[in-house]
Amino acid sequence: MKARVLLFARLKDLAGVSEAEVEIGEGLTAADVFRLLQGLYPGLASYDAPLAYAVNARYVSPEHPVRDGDEVAFIPPVSGGGTCTSR
Amino acid sequence: MHIEVTAEPLDPQQAVELVRRDDAGAVVVFLGVVRDHNLGRRVLYLEYDAYPEMARRVMRELAEEAMGRWPIVDVAVLHRIGHLEVGETSLLVAVSSPHRAEAFEAAHWLVDRLKERAPIWKKEVFEGGEEWIEGELPSPR
Repeated sequence: MKARVLLFARLKDLAGVSEAEVEIGEGLTAADVFRLLQGLYPGLASYDAPLAYAVNARYVSPEHPVRDGDEVAFIPPVSGGGTCTSR
Repeated sequence: MHIEVTAEPLDPQQAVELVRRDDAGAVVVFLGVVRDHNLGRRVLYLEYDAYPEMARRVMRELAEEAMGRWPIVDVAVLHRIGHLEVGETSLLVAVSSPHRAEAFEAAHWLVDRLKERAPIWKKEVFEGGEEWIEGELPSPR
C-alpha cells in the first residue's frame, strides 16, 4: 500500500521535501504515518508543535485510517490572512 | 460565489464587481495587508505557503455556511500566496447583501473562520532572520 504525503510550512523545511510517496502497512492511522515520516526524515523528529491531519483534502482526527492511494497532509497551526495572529 | 488561491496580485475593485448586484444595497470588503512590523521586529516581506486544493475547499465550505447564516447575495474569498511585500494584499473578502448589518457580520465571521481553518501559512522574513508563523490549529469536524 502506498500513500502520498504532503508537508507544509515548517514541516516542509524540517523534512527538506514537500511531498513524497511512502509505503504504508495495513491499519495505519494518520498519526502513525507521521511517526513513520519522522523515521524517514530525521529533521521531523524535532517537531514539537501541535499538528492537524487531512486525508484527501479534508480535516480528520489523528486516528483516521489511511488507505491505499490516500493523500495525507500534515498541517501545522495555520496563519493565513494579513496581519498577524494573536501572539 | 468566487473562490481563489492565487500567486497574482489581488484587486479590491475587481472583487467588488464580482459581488455587486442591483438587489444588494451593501458591499463590505475586507483586505488583509502585509504589515511592516510584528513582535517588535521590522518585517521585510512574507512568503505564503498553502495546500491550494484544500484551501479552496475550506474557503468554499465557509462561504456556503455564511450564505446559509446571513441573507448574502454573493461572496468572494480570495487569498494570495507566494512572495508578498509590505503593503500588499494577502486576503480579500467581499460580501454583498441587501442591508449593511449582515454584510459586516458575515465578512467578519468569514475572515475569523478562514484564519482558523484555511491551510495557508506565512513565513515572516524580518531583519536578522525568518520564522513560520503558527497561529490556530484547525480541528476536524
